[in-house]
Amino acid sequence: MKEGHHHRKEKKFGMVIDLDKCTGCGACMVACMAENNVPFKQNETDKLDSITWMRVYKFDNGKKFPDTEVCFLPRPCMHCEGQSGHSGHSPCVSVCPATATDYDTDSGIVSQIYTRCFGCRYCMAACPYHARHFNWWDPVWPEGMEKALSPNVSPRMRGVVEKCSFCFHRYQLAMDEIYAKGHRDFDEKVPEYQTACTQACPTDAIVFGDLNNPNHEVNQIVKPDHNHRLTGKSGNPKVFRLLERLETNPKVYYLSSREWVRRAGDNYQGEETPENYKVKEVHH
Amino acid sequence: MSTTDDNTNDVSPEEAEETTEETPEESSQPDYDSSGDEEECHCSGPGLPILFFIIGFVAMLIFGWFIFPEFLYCKIKQPIDFNHVLHMEEVDKGCESCHFFREDGTFAGVPKNAQCIKCHAEVQGDDPDELEFVEKYISNGVEVPWLSYSRQPDCVFFSHAAHVKLANMDCAECHGPMGESTSLKVYEKNWLSQYSRDIWGKSVLNMLNMKQHTWERMKMYDCAVCHMEKTGRETSVQTAKDGCFVCHK
Ligand code: HEC
Ligand code: HEC
Ligand code: HEC
Ligand code: HEC
Ligand code: HEC
Repeated sequence: MKEGHHHRKEKKFGMVIDLDKCTGCGACMVACMAENNVPFKQNETDKLDSITWMRVYKFDNGKKFPDTEVCFLPRPCMHCEGQSGHSGHSPCVSVCPATATDYDTDSGIVSQIYTRCFGCRYCMAACPYHARHFNWWDPVWPEGMEKALSPNVSPRMRGVVEKCSFCFHRYQLAMDEIYAKGHRDFDEKVPEYQTACTQACPTDAIVFGDLNNPNHEVNQIVKPDHNHRLTGKSGNPKVFRLLERLETNPKVYYLSSREWVRRAGDNYQGEETPENYKVKEVHH
Repeated sequence: MSTTDDNTNDVSPEEAEETTEETPEESSQPDYDSSGDEEECHCSGPGLPILFFIIGFVAMLIFGWFIFPEFLYCKIKQPIDFNHVLHMEEVDKGCESCHFFREDGTFAGVPKNAQCIKCHAEVQGDDPDELEFVEKYISNGVEVPWLSYSRQPDCVFFSHAAHVKLANMDCAECHGPMGESTSLKVYEKNWLSQYSRDIWGKSVLNMLNMKQHTWERMKMYDCAVCHMEKTGRETSVQTAKDGCFVCHK
C-alpha cells in the first residue's frame, strides 16, 4: 500500500546566521537550554565538560587597539549532509557503531537517540565543530525545577552523547497540528516551525527554515547550489560555512559583510580567499 | 502448546513401530529377546536420554514462557473501575467526549475530572465505584491517578493525529476492544523496565512472533513493521526504514 499521498516533499532544514547582527548576548544559548532540558553543573567554570547545544564563540581580527574588530559566532549542530547531497555521510553518523545517530533524508536532520547511545564518543571525536557533548553525570535539577522540564524532549542520563536537534520536537508538534486540521504538509496557511534560538534572538540574526523551499527567506539568502561539488554551497558571496573544504556540507550558514570574518571560517593559506580556493579533487 | 504428557505419547507409538519392524531380524538372536520385554530393551539405547531431554526442554519452555513472565510483572488495580459501555450510552459525542484532540492537534488521552464533572458533581446511583470517584476525587478536586496501559517510554513520540486523522485508523486497531469493555482490566507493570504489559505483550508473542491483532503488542518493531507496509518510507540513512526522529524525541 505505497500510496502517493504518503510521500510529501523532501525537506532540508537549515539555518543562516547573520554575524553582522549578532551582538553575542547569549539569548539563544539560554533559550536552547530551557527548551531542550539541557543539564548543567553546579559549577560551570570548567567549560570543557559543559553541555552547550548552542554556543556563542567570540573571536577578533587579531589587530591592535584602534583597528580591533570583534565577532560573535553562535554554533548549533551543523546537521552535516555529507558528500554528494543527502547521502547522510556526516562525520558523526558514519562513525557511530550503535546506530544511535542517524541522518533523515526527509528532513535533513541528524538525530541522536539517547537510549541507543552507549557513550563511546567516537562521534565527538569525529565532529569538527565541537557540537556534541557528553553527559559525565546524571543531570541534577535544583529543587522543584524538574517540574519545569519540557515533556516534549526526553531527558538524558549519564554516559550518553547529546547535541542540538534543530528543535525537532517542535516539528513533531507542528505536524500534529497540521494533521489534526486535515492538512498534509506545511503550506501557505500553516507556517513552518521555528527553533527556540531563532525565536529568542533579539536582533533577528538567525533565520531557520526549509532550504528546499524557494519561497522561504533562508533559501533566498543562501541560494544553495546543489550542482556544486560542495553540495549546497551558497550562491551568495557574503555567505559561508565553517570548514567548508572538509566537504561535510553543513546546513548552517553564516552571513557577514566583513571579509576577515568570512576568512576565519576555514584555513585559507597564502593567496587563497573564500572566493577563489579550490576544492581538492578526491578520486573514489 | 504441547504438554509433557503429549510428548511422551508422541514418542512411544513411533518407538513401538520401530520395534515391531525390527523384531523379524532380531528373532534370530534369542538372547536379546529373552532378556526382557520391549521397554527394558530400549533402556540401553539413546531413547531415554532424548526423552528426558525433551521433557526437560519443554518444562524449561513452559517455565520461560508462562511462569517466569508472571514474576516479571506486578499486577496493579486501577484506582477505580470504569464502565465504557455504560458511559457510551450516556454521552453524546462518543469517544470524543472524553478522548479528544486539543486545539493544537495534541491528543488529550486519559480523561481529566473536567470531562466527568458535568454528570458526576453529585452521586447519581449506588455504585461503590461512583461513590468513591465522587467523594474521593471530584469533591476534593483531585485527579484520578489512572494507569495508562499503552503509555510508551519517555523517549517515544507518538502522534494520535497522524493515525486517527491522517491515516483514518480505528482506536480498536491499536487498543483492542477497550471502548466496548464494561470494566478496566488489571494493569501489569514490568518490574525491570517499569513499562506496561501492553508494550511488549505476552512473552509467547515475542518468542514466536505470532501476533494476530495489531494491539496485542506495540514495541518498536510493531510500529516499524506497519510503517514499512503502509508508507514504505526509507528515509533513515542507517536503517533504510523510518528515521529515528519520526517516533523518538
Ligand atoms: C454524560 C454523563 C456522564 C459523564 C460525562 C460521565 N459519567 Fe460516569 N456515569 C454516568 C451515569 C449515568 C452513571 C450510572 C450511575 C449509576 O447508576 O450508578 C455513571 C457511572 C459511573 C461510575 C460507576 C460505574 C462504573 O463505571 O463502574 C463511575 C466510576 C463513573 N461513572 C466514572 C466516570 C468518570 C471517571 C467520568 C469522566 C471520565 C465519567 N464517569 C463521566 C454518567 C456520566
Ligand atoms: C465518559 C468518558 C469516556 C468515554 C466516552 C470513553 N472513554 Fe475511554 N476511557 C475513559 C476512562 C476514564 C479511561 C481510564 C483511563 C485509563 O485506563 O488509563 C479510559 C480508557 C480508555 C483506553 C485505555 C487507555 C490506556 O492506554 O490506558 C482506551 C483505549 C479507550 N478508553 C478508548 C475509548 C474508546 C474507543 C471510546 C469510544 C468507543 C471511549 N474510550 C470512550 C473514559 C471514557
Ligand atoms: C496507531 C495506533 C493507535 C491508534 C489508532 C490509537 N491509539 Fe491511542 N495510543 C497509541 C499509543 C502508541 C499510545 C501511547 C502514547 C504515548 O505513550 O505517548 C496511545 C495512548 C492512548 C491513551 C492514553 C494516553 C495517555 O495519556 O497515556 C488513550 C486514552 C488512547 N490512546 C485512546 C485512543 C483513542 C480513543 C483512539 C481512537 C480515536 C486511539 N487511541 C487510537 C496508539 C494508538
Ligand atoms: C497499524 C499500522 C501502524 C502502527 C501499528 C503504527 N503506525 Fe504510526 N503511522 C501509520 C500510518 C499509516 C501513518 C501515516 C503515515 C503518513 O501518511 O505519513 C503513521 C504515522 C506516524 C507518525 C507521524 C509521521 C509523520 O511523518 O509525521 C508517527 C510519529 C508515528 N506514526 C509513530 C508511531 C509509533 C511510535 C508507533 C508505535 C507505538 C506507531 N506509529 C504504530 C501506521 C501505523
Ligand atoms: C516507527 C517508530 C519508531 C522508529 C522509526 C524508531 N523507533 Fe525506537 N522505539 C519505538 C518505540 C515505540 C519504542 C518503545 C517500545 C520498545 O521498547 O520497543 C522504541 C524504543 C527504542 C529504544 C529502547 C528505549 C527504551 O527505553 O526502552 C531504543 C534504544 C530505540 N528505540 C532506538 C531507535 C533508533 C536508534 C532508531 C532509528 C534507527 C529508532 N529507534 C527508530 C519506535 C520507533
